[in-house]
Amino acid sequence: MDKNKYNLLVKKYTPKESRLYNGLIAFIVGGLMGCLGQLLLTLYSYFLEIPTKQASVFMIITLVFLGCLLTALGVFDKMVSFSRCGLIIPITGFAHSMQSAALEYKREGLVTGIGANIFKLAGTVIMFGVVSAYFFGIIRLIFMGG
Amino acid sequence: MIYLNSFLFAGTVCLIGQLILDNTKLTPGHITSIFVVVGSFLDVFDIYDKFVLWAGGGALVPITSFGHLLIHGAMDTVNNFGIMGLFTGMFDLTSSGIVAAIIFSFVFALIFAPKD
Repeated sequence: MDKNKYNLLVKKYTPKESRLYNGLIAFIVGGLMGCLGQLLLTLYSYFLEIPTKQASVFMIITLVFLGCLLTALGVFDKMVSFSRCGLIIPITGFAHSMQSAALEYKREGLVTGIGANIFKLAGTVIMFGVVSAYFFGIIRLIFMGG
Repeated sequence: MIYLNSFLFAGTVCLIGQLILDNTKLTPGHITSIFVVVGSFLDVFDIYDKFVLWAGGGALVPITSFGHLLIHGAMDTVNNFGIMGLFTGMFDLTSSGIVAAIIFSFVFALIFAPKD
C-alpha cells in the first residue's frame, strides 16, 4: 500500500471532532456552572444572612470542594472529557489540576511527591496571575491613581 | 434575570476557551493562564467590576475572576496602606480559593487512591 492510500485510510477512520458540537457543549456546561455559582451565592446570602461579598467566599470554597472530591472519586476526568472547557475554565478546573497532581504523585511520598508536585499544573495560573496583576497594578496606579 | 446573565457570561467565556483549544495547538494550561491575564487586564479600567455587577456569580466562577481578584485585593491595600500593598495585599481576596484547594487536595490525596 502506498503512502497516499494509507493516509486516506487513516483519515477515514480517525473519529471526527465537531468543533461546533464541542463549543456548544462547553457553552452549555460553562453556563450551567455560572448559574450554579449564582444559585449558591443567593442561597448562602439568604440562609446565613451574610452580604454577597462574604457569600462569594463560601461559593468558591464549595465549588473547589466539589471539584476536588469528584476528581478524587475519579468522576471528574470523565466529565472533563465530555465537556472540555466547560469545566476547565471555571474554578473547578483549578481544583481539578491540583487534586489530580496530588493523586498522581502520591506514590512518591508526602514531601517529594505531593508537596513538590501539587502546584505542578496550577502553578502557572498563580504565577501568571501574580505577575500580570503586579504590572497591571502599576499601570492602574499611574493612570487611575489607585 | 441574573441567572440568565450568569449563564450567558460564564458560557461565553467557556465557549471562547473551547474555540481556542480546538483551533490552535495551545493546551488547557495555556488557556487558563491567558484567561487569568485577561481577567487582571480587564480590571485596570474597572471593566470586570461591571461584568460582576451584571452577571453576579457567573462572572465570579470562571478563572478570569482569579486575575480580577488578585489585582483588586492589591489595589484595595494600596489605597489604604500605600505602595507596598502591591506585595502585601495581592492574595487578600484569592487566598480562600487557593487555601481551600490546597487543603482539600492534600486531605483527599491521603484518603483516596489514584484511579487509572
